[in-house]
Amino acid sequence: MPSGHTKLTQRRMIVLVVALLLTFAGAIASAMAGQLPASWTEVIGTVLHSAGFNTGWRPNDELIEQTLLQIRFPRVAMSLLVGAALAIAGAVMQSIFGNPLAEPGVVGVSSGAALGAALAIAIGMTTFGGWSIAVMAFLGGFLSTVLVYATARSQGRTEVVTLLLTGIAINAFAGAGLALMMFSGGAAAREQIVFWQLGSINGSRWSEVFIVLVLTVPAMVWVSLMARQYDVLALGERSAAHLGLNVERLRVISIVLVALLTAAGVAFVGIIAFVGLVVPHVIRMLLGPGHRWLLPLSALMGALLLVWADLFARTILDGSDLPIGMLTSLIGGPFFFYLVRSARSRAGGWA
Amino acid sequence: MTTEQPLAFRVRHVSCERGDNLVLDDVSLDVKLGQILALVGPNGAGKSTLLSTMSGDLRPTAGAVELNGSAIENYSAKQLARERAVLLQANTVSFAFSVQDVVHMGRTPWMKTSDEETDARLCEQAMRDADVEHLAHRSFQALSGGEKARSSLARVLAQDTPIVLLDEPTASLDLRHQEDVMVVARRLADAGRAVVVVLHDLSLAAAWADEVVILAEGRLVHHGPPQDVITAQTVRSVYGIDVHVLTDPSGRLVVVPERA
Repeated sequence: MPSGHTKLTQRRMIVLVVALLLTFAGAIASAMAGQLPASWTEVIGTVLHSAGFNTGWRPNDELIEQTLLQIRFPRVAMSLLVGAALAIAGAVMQSIFGNPLAEPGVVGVSSGAALGAALAIAIGMTTFGGWSIAVMAFLGGFLSTVLVYATARSQGRTEVVTLLLTGIAINAFAGAGLALMMFSGGAAAREQIVFWQLGSINGSRWSEVFIVLVLTVPAMVWVSLMARQYDVLALGERSAAHLGLNVERLRVISIVLVALLTAAGVAFVGIIAFVGLVVPHVIRMLLGPGHRWLLPLSALMGALLLVWADLFARTILDGSDLPIGMLTSLIGGPFFFYLVRSARSRAGGWA
Repeated sequence: MTTEQPLAFRVRHVSCERGDNLVLDDVSLDVKLGQILALVGPNGAGKSTLLSTMSGDLRPTAGAVELNGSAIENYSAKQLARERAVLLQANTVSFAFSVQDVVHMGRTPWMKTSDEETDARLCEQAMRDADVEHLAHRSFQALSGGEKARSSLARVLAQDTPIVLLDEPTASLDLRHQEDVMVVARRLADAGRAVVVVLHDLSLAAAWADEVVILAEGRLVHHGPPQDVITAQTVRSVYGIDVHVLTDPSGRLVVVPERA
């Protein structure tokens, strides 16, 4: 139907433009807020100045400019990147599990990555230099993805109940592992590990942003290029294979990329759960399940969600910086509950 | 061995084991282009397994399957997708894709060689043939069993392959749609394609198939034109039930159980 088609195109455009504007606004608002408030003109002026354009908007106060450049901007950049990475990782995971409840936090990939990161901290690992924590987080995340995937799937689909039980098992194990690291590590390591469990974007540095950028952006582009394959995979793996899809290859690549996307975020900001659950769900409701739009827009909306959530986390209580992971779980938990309920009533999801 | 029609499949001495069970036991048959071949037999006779070996899903433990004259395992997934389309018994879709989306997925193997116009035309034709045009914008997940089966059939037809393998396409369909599916199968065969269809309804097989294969306990027990294969005797020996094989006014065979 041509009319239905244009309507959808129209809606996609609206969602895209609104999401872009809100992300932009969120990034600016987040850079403005803090102990040393900056105006939006100062924020834009500083960005333009760094890009080589001098405008009258450049802050007069050197301190404000330095605060923006050294503290606020990396924080904003980190929240955008991590949000995008987690949301798109969730969407990919849901596709390969054939289940809208799959999410890196829920099924234990995040805590696996956190365990890897904690191990690197506790033993003071420096084998890979500045990348040590990221590498260990990736390994932890990768192992848990493979584990969930191997145990929870049967015949190309994952039953809700198996998926959740596997997640419980992995989360419990990783939790115990984290506790062990805290118990055996020094005071400094202990504090750092506690921070992982809560998740916070506070104190992000450019060097860390750079690592996350290098890891996540190529991975996000890659999965987006495979969008059509994820569509076909919705038919189930046998029918997808009958249509010429190399299911095995798609799976392996996807698992590696999901682990990478999740671990990159977890390594530097800790566990931020439910972003990958909420965002793709909302986009499917707005624009339908096609992955050509779902994947890139998940990235955009994930960035949008996390930049605002971070702003909220550090401004809602005067003078305190709430852990953002706590905040997303506070909202994501009930939402997850709602999804489980609807999955159960819709498809007899417990079978 | 010479035949007038070119062969789609040459199945030779194929056996399949599952665990300790011999699910297929030394099955040999030819599938000709331009014909409907019906696979019938009791539950667990190995019909779906035989179909899986022909679709390239399952590699036989012994024996060989040739597709267009070369071993089926030499085909890549993509090449196979351009030769044969497969309709499975159960069809589910993970997210709320519309019927139209699902049917368009049938065009995946031709993505680089086909243009949008051809894709649209074939998908429309497929949806018309499977009578799902009116469901085009409905979510596949929200359909009834029969509607799902027909939508999946449309997807298979959109794939536009010379060989079409259908595993119980009529199982969940009402009387009219059962006939519709077989009419479509007939049209495909008349256009020179090979159709292999697993059926439970012997009357349907007798009415529409050019050749019927009866499987029982993994063995091919009868193979030939319906009037030779579907007889009261063969049905009794394979299914263990007495039947009347009647002739309907159009001259086609009808199988009904003998009832007291």
